[in-house]
Amino acid sequence: MYIYDDYDQKMVDERVSQYRDQTNRFLAGDLPADEFQHLRLRNGLYIQRLAPMLRIAIPYGMMSSRQLRKMAHITRHYDRGYCHLTTRQNIQLNWPILEQVPDILEELASVEMHAIQTSGNCIRNTTSDQFAGVAKDEVEDPRPWCELIRQWSTFHPEFNWLPRKFKIAVTGASRDRAAVQVHDIGIRLFHENGETRFEILAGGGLGRTPVIAPVIKENLESQHLLTYLEAILRVYNRYGRRDNKYKARIKILVRAMTPEVFAEKVDAEWETLKDGPGTLVGGEVDRVKSYFSEPDYETLEDLVPEVDNVISDTSGFGDWVQQNVAPHKKPGYSIVTLALKTTAIAPGDLTDQQLEIIADLADAYSFGEVRITHEQNLTLADVPKRDLRSLWSKLVSAELASPNLGLLTDIICCPGGDYCSLANAKSIPVAEAIQRKFDDLNYLRDLGSLDVNISGCMNACGHHHVGNIGILGVDKKGQEFYQVSIGGSGYEDASLAKILGPSFAQDDIPEVIQKLVDVHLGQRQADEAFLDTYRRIGIAPYKEAVYAK
Amino acid sequence: MSTLIKNGTIVASEFDANANTIPTLEALLSNQEKGATVLLEAGEEVESLSAYLDGLTMIALDFPAFTDGRAYSSANILRRTYKFEGEIRAVGDVRVDQLEQMVRCGFNAFVLPETQDADLAITRLSVFPYSYQATIDTQPIFAQRS
Repeated sequence: MYIYDDYDQKMVDERVSQYRDQTNRFLAGDLPADEFQHLRLRNGLYIQRLAPMLRIAIPYGMMSSRQLRKMAHITRHYDRGYCHLTTRQNIQLNWPILEQVPDILEELASVEMHAIQTSGNCIRNTTSDQFAGVAKDEVEDPRPWCELIRQWSTFHPEFNWLPRKFKIAVTGASRDRAAVQVHDIGIRLFHENGETRFEILAGGGLGRTPVIAPVIKENLESQHLLTYLEAILRVYNRYGRRDNKYKARIKILVRAMTPEVFAEKVDAEWETLKDGPGTLVGGEVDRVKSYFSEPDYETLEDLVPEVDNVISDTSGFGDWVQQNVAPHKKPGYSIVTLALKTTAIAPGDLTDQQLEIIADLADAYSFGEVRITHEQNLTLADVPKRDLRSLWSKLVSAELASPNLGLLTDIICCPGGDYCSLANAKSIPVAEAIQRKFDDLNYLRDLGSLDVNISGCMNACGHHHVGNIGILGVDKKGQEFYQVSIGGSGYEDASLAKILGPSFAQDDIPEVIQKLVDVHLGQRQADEAFLDTYRRIGIAPYKEAVYAK
Repeated sequence: MSTLIKNGTIVASEFDANANTIPTLEALLSNQEKGATVLLEAGEEVESLSAYLDGLTMIALDFPAFTDGRAYSSANILRRTYKFEGEIRAVGDVRVDQLEQMVRCGFNAFVLPETQDADLAITRLSVFPYSYQATIDTQPIFAQRS
């Protein structure tokens, strides 16, 4: 993975000093609260319902074992011994103390980490495919480009006070695991005559007004990536709405201008930047790529009978391999994903001890690296197949071997009303109630892949619009209710879920899910997935089943 | 009273912005005032100045709120696209902690409201040792590396 050079380290160190000074001035009464609010947000610090929340950037989800151990130390020393993985591949601390945040940032900087621009109306963490570099369906590893974007967007002087937050995602595979169509900018890598090219999408997003992004540039030569992004951001910074924060995202601007006119405007701006000093010439692309070269893979036999014939294995290992292990581009290797969706534990939460265990396992089995997924899970990307059983048994003892990846109980869930001051309703207890009702793994496996997403409010951090089943917390006269939608997808076949009808009380949600699942089981053809059945039969049968008197 | 900072130094510590009004874009365009200075609101386009740039020595860009980032783009376009070499002055809700971003976008003068600490401001015109981006007078880090 990328390693800081002296330039990167000095930039992050300077940021810590800057923020320490700002915190001190705020505490001394020399920096007004309204201003400090915006400065702390750009360093990841929110003030939440019960305590501050610190969002730490994990660039495109990549972490080393050393960084995991530092996170364990930080959660133990500055927080309450656990942290939370987010839907944007970041990590959140729920109980930091405002006065100690500069110290936390200094600890992070010592292992090449930071919380820069993880909040506020600026360019946020660039996200990507958790299988980057190891996926079989990949054209090119997107991570070097993500790192180039990370550096370009860090402390960009022109784009630190945008109309609203701004999120970029990059994919280099045919399966879109980065949800690029629902980002402010989505980037798809492809090759033409052996050269890297980009397809650029703009104006997608979830939140109050979900939009699937249109393509605004079909074929961009790679050296122009940063100047083209700059042109998009400049048009947005100048013309995005600032009078209404619910209409301030780029998707509203693109829609108002029309994608064609927006693209023309960007092209006109780009003409002034193209081939200028922001052009990626010289050795920088190769330098960054060198950090993402293949690790020292062994030459392994691809066939490992214990793993390949696991379908007949009735121990828990068989279930886990079939559900949580994906094929790897290298013979004899596999991609393992830990589903952090154990019943009664908030989705995506990890304790300090688990962080340390994962660090040890990453060192022992996967070249010392892990990736956070936007489904709030954790991937070990390079595990030899022959080591899977030994890895699994260690995961079992650490309670990290939940075999429900991609199933109904692998719920994507925001922190909701238990923590977040924006939330209209709680989301974690809803996830737990669903997990408790659906506790039969064979049943879940038979049901097949099913994405359930829960958001506690319209801001849609749980990405409910792209869930096969999406659940949204709403406030009705001070009471918490839940609106259910179906048919969403965040993958390359992206679609927005449609609302079923009137919302439900919290206690009714597991039964509503049961009714939806029953329709699926009754109507599916062969081993058709929930989404495919829905797309074939439409919303009516589900509506009928759920609202039948 | 405000403070006027130019090119890194305090040139007026008792600067009265009200007594030093700058002609608006409208006044400039309607030829009522052929002065060498103009004040642009955040929503006004710098492109409308293109025909007047030779005669202008100072362009003031307004920040209606410190969270409104449009003037950063205006300054950048003036410096980089139009190669404007005169003074670009930040007026309005100008805050100490944003001066370095303004400098990197091409501002070289600031009217600092009296709520802001002028001495501190002088030390905050530059913060980071390098720039990840190409700015008006800095190469991006990636160009320095190679």
